[in-house]
Amino acid sequence: MSIEWYLVVSAMIFCIGAGGVLTRRSPLVTLLCLELMLNAGNLALIAFSRMWGNAEGQVFAIIVMVVAACEVCVGLGVIVAMYRRRLPIDVDDMRELHG
Amino acid sequence: MSEFFYFLCAIVAIAGAIGVVALRNPFYAVLSLVCHLFALAGLFLLLRAEFVAFAQVVVYAGAVMVLYVFVVGYIGGDDESVRPWDGPAQKGVALVFAGMLFVELCLAILGSGLKALDGEGAPYQAGFGSPGQIGELFLTTFLFAFEAASILLLIAAVGAVVLARRRGAGRVEADRMTFTEFMRPIGTGTTAEAVGTRDGGINLPAPTTDVVSERGREQLEAGRGERQ
Repeated sequence: MSIEWYLVVSAMIFCIGAGGVLTRRSPLVTLLCLELMLNAGNLALIAFSRMWGNAEGQVFAIIVMVVAACEVCVGLGVIVAMYRRRLPIDVDDMRELHG
Repeated sequence: MSEFFYFLCAIVAIAGAIGVVALRNPFYAVLSLVCHLFALAGLFLLLRAEFVAFAQVVVYAGAVMVLYVFVVGYIGGDDESVRPWDGPAQKGVALVFAGMLFVELCLAILGSGLKALDGEGAPYQAGFGSPGQIGELFLTTFLFAFEAASILLLIAAVGAVVLARRRGAGRVEADRMTFTEFMRPIGTGTTAEAVGTRDGGINLPAPTTDVVSERGREQLEAGRGERQ
């Protein structure tokens, strides 16, 4: 398969993730959609890495994975804190993150 | 053969992505994302990125998704409530936006001057994408990024603990009994027992794991009142 096909799949996954971030209201699902977008970026990086025969793109993809894991860690911490304080788990109802 | 696996993995990946966005129950959305990640790992394998595919399955589909499942179980995976204002208008705007973005990205891919985009990629060399090669790159060219990633992970772990800890409601440490206190017969005790401040460890209140202080209880009740 030519590299273009992989890039088209990557673009499609990214757009699905972007649409999900716009429509869903649960912060948990918003984080999941962010994961989709990051993974689409990963797929594009690895496709280009294959295109040039250069493994540096794969190193980039692994760093993106690390950043995604950190983002999930902190995001889920915020969601658990919201739940503890009996705040609504809904991005439309949340107006501030103060205290 | 590679065409067959490509289409299989691509279709499963896109179906998983649609499932994440479309399913109302967050628990099913997480499971759908797990399917998506496995399919994506298959695509990585087709692109000869063995180590990244392996890390994807172990780290992403394994560890991160387990974290998600725990949090969904903790906060209760209720379905999202339906609001009067997020009707077809909001969904339509989002769909139009996503569609336009897709068209734009496809135009960018088609219109790019990269000649190699049509081909299968560079000729395969033995060891491409192997753990050895990735490790060598990490410890030579990208050493700084490697160290920065480790510090970032540490900061994120500490940050998550700080964010999710119990605050406000002070935790009262339950009175612990040592083993010698437990084994000692009544009446053979210490000075503290003689003056009545300690009853030999027999009639201590049962240790409770979670004692909510007065302030915490008030907060809880205030929150409950607001809900009702």
